[in-house]
Amino acid sequence: MDWRRFSFIALIIAVLFGTVVLIGMSTESPILIIGSMMATTIAVATPLTLGALSGVFCERSGVVNIGIEGMMLSAAFFGWLASIYMSSIFKFSLAPSLIVGLISAILAGGLFALLHAVLSITYKVDQIIGGTVINILAVGVTGFLNRQLFFDKNSIFGGQVPHAPGVLPVIHLPVKEVLEGLCGLFGSSPECIVTADAIGKVFDQKPIAIAAIVLVALSHYVLFNTRWGLRTRAVGEHPKAADTVGINVVWMRYANVVIGGMLAGLGGAYFTLESVPSFEPLMTNGRGFISLAAMIFGNWTPFGAWAASLVFGASQALQINLQFFRTSIPPEWAFFQNSYAVGQIPYILTMIILTGIIGKTTAPAADGTPYEK
Amino acid sequence: MQKKDIGTILKETLLAAKEAMLVPLLAVFTAIVIGGVVIAVVGGNPFAAYSGLFEGALGSTKALSETAVWATPYIFAGLAVALGFKGGLFHIGAEGQLALGAVASAWVGYALPDMLGVTIPMFIHLPLAIFAGLLFGLLWGAIPGALKAYTGAHEVINTIMMNYIALNIVSFLLNGPMKDKDPNNVIARTPEIALGARIPVIFEGLRIHWGFVLALLVAFLVWWLLWKTTLGFEIRSVGLNPDAAKYAGINVKRIMTLTLALSGMLAGLAGTIEVTALNYRHELGFSVGYGFDAIAIALLGKTHPFGVVVAAILFAAMRNGATRMQFLTQIPVDIISVIQALILLFVAADAIVRYIYRIRQSGDKVVLTRGWRG
Repeated sequence: MDWRRFSFIALIIAVLFGTVVLIGMSTESPILIIGSMMATTIAVATPLTLGALSGVFCERSGVVNIGIEGMMLSAAFFGWLASIYMSSIFKFSLAPSLIVGLISAILAGGLFALLHAVLSITYKVDQIIGGTVINILAVGVTGFLNRQLFFDKNSIFGGQVPHAPGVLPVIHLPVKEVLEGLCGLFGSSPECIVTADAIGKVFDQKPIAIAAIVLVALSHYVLFNTRWGLRTRAVGEHPKAADTVGINVVWMRYANVVIGGMLAGLGGAYFTLESVPSFEPLMTNGRGFISLAAMIFGNWTPFGAWAASLVFGASQALQINLQFFRTSIPPEWAFFQNSYAVGQIPYILTMIILTGIIGKTTAPAADGTPYEK
Repeated sequence: MQKKDIGTILKETLLAAKEAMLVPLLAVFTAIVIGGVVIAVVGGNPFAAYSGLFEGALGSTKALSETAVWATPYIFAGLAVALGFKGGLFHIGAEGQLALGAVASAWVGYALPDMLGVTIPMFIHLPLAIFAGLLFGLLWGAIPGALKAYTGAHEVINTIMMNYIALNIVSFLLNGPMKDKDPNNVIARTPEIALGARIPVIFEGLRIHWGFVLALLVAFLVWWLLWKTTLGFEIRSVGLNPDAAKYAGINVKRIMTLTLALSGMLAGLAGTIEVTALNYRHELGFSVGYGFDAIAIALLGKTHPFGVVVAAILFAAMRNGATRMQFLTQIPVDIISVIQALILLFVAADAIVRYIYRIRQSGDKVVLTRGWRG
């Protein structure tokens, strides 16, 4: 990541965080506000990070995937469906229901990706059209099944939405306790305790959020330090050359697109298994497309894509954290109370980033072109 | 040049038409069959469902009128996407352009007379309302168009972002400054537009309105623009090969911006007509899904204006009939979205259809989009 894009990311995040600190300072300690902003940023960036990673795998192998949105939406639905199926029909308890849900979400993402692979690799359909097909199909299928299963009296759920088992719990790492212990060594000053509390908050994340960060590092390793990664990149940059040295272009592309779909599926699971225990039609709300922008801004690298996702996450975290300070917002800051105005930030950011004024990026050379022997 | 007799010309035209329509027709057929299987799997009777669909779509004068009512925005939005395709630009912005166009004409329709304190005569008010819708649609198309032309930012993502921005603006307006102040109103919608800003119905008692005729007229105009004018030639040249167009002296950037601006204008018109001819107000959420439907319609119509009209009427018939189908058989209307996605799938991947029905590939493949750097 070049310095221009890195400083842009740092600047935007600083501005977004600074805004919340300025507004909330009168009621809450700045350290705690920053801690809670960081925690929310990491959490809400999860689907974007996973979506962007999905894009990285697909496009590094030469397949444009504009269907991430649809893959996430269907994964959100099928993951949720599987978990409530388990809990309400088979009376499973919370943990196994959620695990089955997670697996189903990942499989749903993978299956939709397989369809994209068949269309774009085997049938050489225009890849952007193929992705659009995925998006429309996902809206149709989830909308249809949602209504068929939960609004029809004859369905297995008797025409009502069953009580969802719940969402994945926070994995509590004892960061706060350890830091407080350290504070104790230095006389337990109140500032030290508050800081420990704030840092502890940042580490209190749910499983998919943690998995996303681990996957960023893992993807980086796989793409740039393994034979698989080298082959993937070769297939995406110069398929003919890769083919000449004996790499199976079609297989590599299929595998990477399906891996990408499964990552998007995990990202979809975030919506219904980690964030809220319910499904709503169209609930992914453009996150799949925003993650594509994050992938482009991150120059098709896992860490770059993650950094860009955090920018979008921060702009969403701003909106969420301002809710806490609703009453203490001074009238001259009323603009920030207007969710319609603040809600535009990620979309406008995406458009600014895509213009390339903050550093040009380069797509893999064979991105979007079907391979003809 | 040898002169062809009328018989040969007719024969060639028919052959070309058959070639052009065969795959789309088979795509529709295959999608309907698979849709039937889905209906059967979830425990419904596909034959009952489809006969309900047919009855609701075409079974009576009222059904026919309603199909035409549904078809009107589809024709405009489908033309919008098709025009973009002809210029080599694939975009998903119809939804936002439509919503903004609708809200702009609604504003002219209800607020302008109050502001001026007079009743504006129809021959001024209606054109003004339509013009406002056109203008905002055009603007919302021109922005991603210019970004594409001058910075290379991909129009697919930008139009989607513009959709979200537009929907945010519209929901702000409809929940706030433009909300219907009627004490009984709890929904996010504008007040009713003045009588002078309304497009009349064609037959008393039916909802079919002159907007449908306008849609057909506009389809003809788009055809005329694309194949009978210099601008149309330039748009198609840029669409086929921007490099060649550039060497031929065409200002590619200007044409790209213009193509998306015109496309946005057509989508804006879809919203305008919904407000001025049908709902007489703009209500939040009515436009959801039109953008994606428009893509399917444009592709099914092979991006040809007349093809778009046929495809739009087919989609309208399905949407319209679906309500009756749900009433009769309890199959959710959403099955239509599944069938439409399948139609799009088979039209886009015509290789699958050709494989199923053993049809040989003929003619050149049309290039629709060109990846990120296009």
